Amino acid sequence: MTSALNPKYSFDTFVVGAANRLAVTAGRTVAESPGAAYNPLFVYSGPGLGKTHLLMAIGHAAKKAAPALNIEYLTLDEYVEAFHASVAAGQGDAFRRRFQNVDVLLVDDVQFLTNRKEMQSELLRLTEALQAAGRQIVLTSDRPPAEIADLDERLISRLSGGLVVDIATPEYETRVAILRRKAEERGARFDPGVLETVAQAELGNVRELMGALNRLVAFQAVHDTSINAETVKRILGLDAQRAKGAAEKAGPVPAAAAGGDEFGQFLADVTVTVGKAVEAWRARVGEAVLRWEGEGYRTHRLEALLQQDAPTAVDEAIAGFAEDVERLKALEAEVGELDPQAAGDSVFRDPERLQEAEQAATKVRDGAAPPPGPSAAFPLAAYAVGPSNQVAVSAARAVLERPGKKYNPLVLVGKSGLGKTHLLNAVGLELARGRRAVVACLSTQAFIDELIGAIDGNRVDWWRARYRRATALLLDDIHLLTGKERTQEELFNLFNLLQDKDRQLVFTAPAHPNTLVGIEERIVSRLEGGLVAEIKEPDRDVRRAVLERLLAQQGVTPEPALIDYLADRPADSVRGLVGLIQRVIEAGAAQDGRPVSAGLAREVLEGQAPRDSRRSSGFRTSGLVVSSLGGVKSREKMVWDWIDVADRMIEEFR
Amino acid sequence: MSLVNFTTREITCKIVYYGPGRSGKTTNLHYIYGRVPDSRRGRMVSLATQTDRTLFFDFLPIDLGQISGFATRFQLYTVPGQVYYNATRRLVLQGADGVVFVADSQARQLDENLESLQNLQSNLLEHGVDIRTVPLVLQYNKQDLPRELILSASDLDDALNFRGVPSFSADALHGKGVFETLKGISELVLKRLAAGTTA
Repeated sequence: MTSALNPKYSFDTFVVGAANRLAVTAGRTVAESPGAAYNPLFVYSGPGLGKTHLLMAIGHAAKKAAPALNIEYLTLDEYVEAFHASVAAGQGDAFRRRFQNVDVLLVDDVQFLTNRKEMQSELLRLTEALQAAGRQIVLTSDRPPAEIADLDERLISRLSGGLVVDIATPEYETRVAILRRKAEERGARFDPGVLETVAQAELGNVRELMGALNRLVAFQAVHDTSINAETVKRILGLDAQRAKGAAEKAGPVPAAAAGGDEFGQFLADVTVTVGKAVEAWRARVGEAVLRWEGEGYRTHRLEALLQQDAPTAVDEAIAGFAEDVERLKALEAEVGELDPQAAGDSVFRDPERLQEAEQAATKVRDGAAPPPGPSAAFPLAAYAVGPSNQVAVSAARAVLERPGKKYNPLVLVGKSGLGKTHLLNAVGLELARGRRAVVACLSTQAFIDELIGAIDGNRVDWWRARYRRATALLLDDIHLLTGKERTQEELFNLFNLLQDKDRQLVFTAPAHPNTLVGIEERIVSRLEGGLVAEIKEPDRDVRRAVLERLLAQQGVTPEPALIDYLADRPADSVRGLVGLIQRVIEAGAAQDGRPVSAGLAREVLEGQAPRDSRRSSGFRTSGLVVSSLGGVKSREKMVWDWIDVADRMIEEFR
Repeated sequence: MSLVNFTTREITCKIVYYGPGRSGKTTNLHYIYGRVPDSRRGRMVSLATQTDRTLFFDFLPIDLGQISGFATRFQLYTVPGQVYYNATRRLVLQGADGVVFVADSQARQLDENLESLQNLQSNLLEHGVDIRTVPLVLQYNKQDLPRELILSASDLDDALNFRGVPSFSADALHGKGVFETLKGISELVLKRLAAGTTA
């Protein structure tokens, strides 16, 4: 499985400054003359400084310069996966051949080679083969080759043998240039001095810079006022980070030795003769055979053509074969998303067995389960909006308007009980309305549990595939990832994959991602790259709206005084508000259906109700009361009247 | 043996140097061996008697590398020229894609040349091959010898080349005409591909 080059990432959109000039120049040189200048080119930098962008830009430029070139971009993870899949399918050699025919190989994130001995030797072999054939290799990593833990010495020297360049943190001028370019791309206008102030903030990487810009764009959209340099500082928390220095090594390019005089002449003559002699149609068929065989398909049908002296309709036969292979590819890709193990089946590699492949695909299609979806209990319509959560809600609406394009990822932060989960599920429900939408919406805990289950059941591939075909991924309580290294790695890969395909990602967390401990920096940086929207304690508007909805759900016609009274009471969370109302309604029910009114509420909440009356009603037995409200099932859940402290102390002294 | 294999993208040419004893077949191979870069040639196998006469045959594989996407290999063989090794000659001739007939230009060797040419024809027939269909070139070797001892190229053409195949004057010891001959036979062999014959 390889990713396509993202058209957004070209040299035209790459802002060049002192920090990355060397890397970009080397990249351009490589793209102009693949295999001739720096081979391999090794680019390293901290997260969010443009490694992937540079890599894809090289791919685009090389393709533009020579459209016939075979260019392959993939992350190391995809490379590993492709290797495993081909080994599983018994096509290890085809895998090797496929990569040996690549003219420009772009590999992202090679730092994950750590502890993967067999992949290291595979990559070493491939690097040697490609270099020997004069093909270009470009690799990126978050650290130089020598610092990748557990890396084979030979691979280190091989990777360092070309040119090793780093991309440093952009300096002030570049940061301003980047911000201007991005603001322009988004059609956002800022007062003079605003972007300069953001640039002064010295954010650690470009992704964070984008996050800051997103926050400003969102702020302006919500408040409909333009921001000045002063407010910028308030909106953004200012933090500074510094990156490392530069290093480079240059390797010699060996020149091929020329053959002897007479022999060279002879060779040239033979070459001409062979070129004339090999009949055109045989060459075409031969090429087709070589190509498809290289990709791991059975080519009996074409080989049979070569046995004939003068077959008719050669081109039609080749085209038909190619068509069948395309169909097989489509089927394999589809099945691969649903169940990678089934995709390794040899029927997907034999055009003669297209029928069987179709049947196999149907079978897999029927058996695939979608990932967990959003809960229907949280519709967007029921979400109360007020100044305290307006930023988050308008960000959510922007996401719904242009999923995956505007704020990706969207991170909702706020304390417990403020409605993050509700908003998350509401977004999920809305996204799920789309045609062919597969929305994965679940708690991080469930996500972790599923992964553990998949590892346990030895079907991680299937688990991955399930999430990879999601058109949106929404994870609740992302802070639960703390210390779950494997889940973080899986999420990291999933994140990159989905983001590349412009699929929406939404997360919730109790606090800003960079304050969460135990979560890897690369994930934090990616979370910050989108929009981090905070939900604050519910304001009066939100409280009113929630109260009205809750009372209506209980069949209570609220009197304005009651709403006013309750809405004016301070509440630090929506969940707290729900508890409040439940207590009032309970009290009403306990007092023989006394209507719920402001008076009753005041009695219950401010403790004016005479204790005796309640005692006589026999409710004091346990101090626990079952709520008649739907949400609370257990007797133990709702405590609305604590035991008299004095009683309790006597009990303990006994 | 398949000459051109499109599925494996290989071209293999077996070329046999034929001719009477002491006409210079092995010398041809030695010269070629000396001009081919190390990386391109295999080990030259030569089974010779103590007096350097070819006892069985010489074999020289040459790898021409990728040509038009085909891995191209030439296998050069010589046969023992002496009359009594005919069984070996027939064996080596089997599956040949082309034949270089190395004639001794010395006037007194003319009969041996004719005899050997007839022997070639009959040995090919033994394999069911008509000499007229096999790519064949003639090489008139030892043209460096004094004029009075040898026949000129045109005389030899008249005497031996009644089929009108390409012929080359040569001095194999010093390399003159060796590669021209090899090129001549290669072209003939490879052109047969154009007819689509994968002999």
